[in-house]
Amino acid sequence: MSKLIAKDKDIVVPGEQLAQGMEFVPGYGTYREGDNVRASLMGVLYVDNRALKIIPVSGKYMPKRDDVVIGQVIDIMMSGWRVEFDCAYSAMLNVRDASSDFIRKDADLREYFNIGDYIMTKITNVTSQKLVDITMKAPGLRRLSGGRIIKVNTNKVPRIIGKQGSMVSLVKDATGCRINVGQNGLVWISGDIEQEIIAMEAIKEIENNSHIPGLTDKIKAFLEKRTGKKIESKPKESVQNDN
Amino acid sequence: MTIKRPDKRKIDELRPIEAKAGVIKRADGSGWFKIGNTVAYAAVYGPKATHLRFLKSPDKGNLRCHYNMMPFSGAGDRVRPGGSRRSKEISKVMEDALSPVLNLDNFPNSIVEVYVELSQTDAGTRCAGICAASIALADAGIPMKDLVCAVAVGSIKGEVVIDLSKEEEDIGDAVDIPIAVIPSTGKITLLQMDGILKREDLKKALELGKAASSKIYEVQKKALKDKFKGGESK
Amino acid sequence: MNDFKKHIKQGLDKDIRLDGRKPMDYREVSLQNDTSKNAEGSATVKIGNTEVIVGVKFELGKPYPDKPDEGTIMVGAEFLPMANPEFEPGPPTIDAIEVARVTDRGIRESKAMDFKKLCISAGEKCWIISIDICTINDEGNLFDASALAAIAAIKNAKFPSLKEDGSPDYKKLSSKKLELKFTPVSVTVYKIGDKFIVDPTIEEQKVYDSRLTVATMEDGRLCAMQKGGEMPLTIEEIDKMVEIATEKGKMLRKFLG
Repeated sequence: MSKLIAKDKDIVVPGEQLAQGMEFVPGYGTYREGDNVRASLMGVLYVDNRALKIIPVSGKYMPKRDDVVIGQVIDIMMSGWRVEFDCAYSAMLNVRDASSDFIRKDADLREYFNIGDYIMTKITNVTSQKLVDITMKAPGLRRLSGGRIIKVNTNKVPRIIGKQGSMVSLVKDATGCRINVGQNGLVWISGDIEQEIIAMEAIKEIENNSHIPGLTDKIKAFLEKRTGKKIESKPKESVQNDN
Repeated sequence: MTIKRPDKRKIDELRPIEAKAGVIKRADGSGWFKIGNTVAYAAVYGPKATHLRFLKSPDKGNLRCHYNMMPFSGAGDRVRPGGSRRSKEISKVMEDALSPVLNLDNFPNSIVEVYVELSQTDAGTRCAGICAASIALADAGIPMKDLVCAVAVGSIKGEVVIDLSKEEEDIGDAVDIPIAVIPSTGKITLLQMDGILKREDLKKALELGKAASSKIYEVQKKALKDKFKGGESK
Repeated sequence: MNDFKKHIKQGLDKDIRLDGRKPMDYREVSLQNDTSKNAEGSATVKIGNTEVIVGVKFELGKPYPDKPDEGTIMVGAEFLPMANPEFEPGPPTIDAIEVARVTDRGIRESKAMDFKKLCISAGEKCWIISIDICTINDEGNLFDASALAAIAAIKNAKFPSLKEDGSPDYKKLSSKKLELKFTPVSVTVYKIGDKFIVDPTIEEQKVYDSRLTVATMEDGRLCAMQKGGEMPLTIEEIDKMVEIATEKGKMLRKFLG
């Protein structure tokens, strides 16, 4: 007998029986065990006809090529800087990828990025052993100064950014803060202290309610209440990240 | 011929079970499991980098468990803090109990650390720890085929029973058999035994444990799902 | 770090902390008694998401030769690795040792507990009260959470009865409680730049200049103190911090019932 046992948008846990029957296709986060398709991750189940997949709600970031992430400089070496992104793998920022300026051999690298600095950087390569290369040579990439860094779960980043940046723009416009969201879940917020706190709370609200429908309206209401200002809905060309 | 258990339970009856997920906010994942008067916390940190050479594998991540009893958690004397040989052994069997369900292929050269702490004990501590650790690992988003359900089975006065309390463990010829089961396949990942047992009683005991694993799985599952009711907690 | 500290100081100039609290605001405090049933006394304190459990165990021992008619206490603190990714398994770090010793002094040196009442037979047998602090989740201010939980656990602790052979019967607790002549409540005040805050978060603990832990009694007298941090304090600053600690101590004391 072939049937779907769990429903679309259900929260499921590892081992849970999702469907019975050989015609179901086990996608991401699921696996086939005999006649059954079971979950291998905790998350939200998505059913598309016979294809099953799970979007996880937790888990550490996995470095991917072309991802723009926010990292922290933890060490300075002869050839560059070691950068961490709150995941199991750190990256090397080589001197030649650090700046469009020419950096002399005897330069003091601390003048460019010092230990503890947060940087907006792009992953250029990830080897099979998860060695990661990054670059600072692309538009928008820079040292982040001032403001604060908060951590959200990497799986919630798409929801926080929203379709074409609509969600993060909502928060930016309401609070007047500059906001950069790294794919790894680190978020930089900079503005008036009070507005930064509202932006931080709004982002936490999005993170905690990411799987609930009607989230945009909820966040809009939250922002209006906290800032005391009405938000006008207007079509806007949203850019994902500020310069 | 059924023996009378001190708390009047049936031979196949578990003590009351409760579980929670996400109780330790700083951890990447966490769980809490209570069975009778035994209470276990579990926290997962990882996958993360390690500097210890012997823990690094180029083909997959490694699991490391740390079992510990809080000094005031025992029924009698205070337990001196710091590991003992017993806690080190329990840590190792816990690793072997949990590893079979984990898929750490995507995390070369990294480790997943699981810390299990008992705040109150009444027998069955390593099993409660494994149940809490399973919840914590799922909460942390570690890919796993299934949760692991653990319970102590055994025998008292020649009768096979499930979930012995400390009082029952202390009865003369009691046999204590902690086991861990993968509920979807029924396979055993932890098996230890103290005492003398007939061969046919072992099979009975293992079947008893296997049957209980689905009950335990339901409680663990509910703990994880409850974390998402009405939005995740702060 | 300098950048981040500047940011925190800018906020404090406007009386706003990173999480929106005012400098003198504590996060939500909760206290639960009897959270570890095998202990003779226990309590769990939550301050925000910081959570600490303390258990009290009674053991029989021999009095110290220089104090033959007294028992004693032993305070230990375990910064368990489950509470914070920066805690590692192993013997207590200096931070854990400091929390334990400051909590110990608040009880021992203040003479809040009459150690003579712990003596069973002079020179031979006495009670040794072990007070063990275990961290469950660390989001800052382990100092205050630990001290509050320790006092609460002591207050609800009961002596075990003695078996016929004189050994403790942990399964049968007597109705006799550990008496405290007064209740010390500990508050740690932090200084960042020239501003004072209480109940710090992890981030604030990473950038502070100095701190002062003050334990106060019901009548406002001081019964223990510890200064920490690299920067010095003026006498006026110390006086101000003591004033803050006394006021906040009154607030925390209410949770002890």
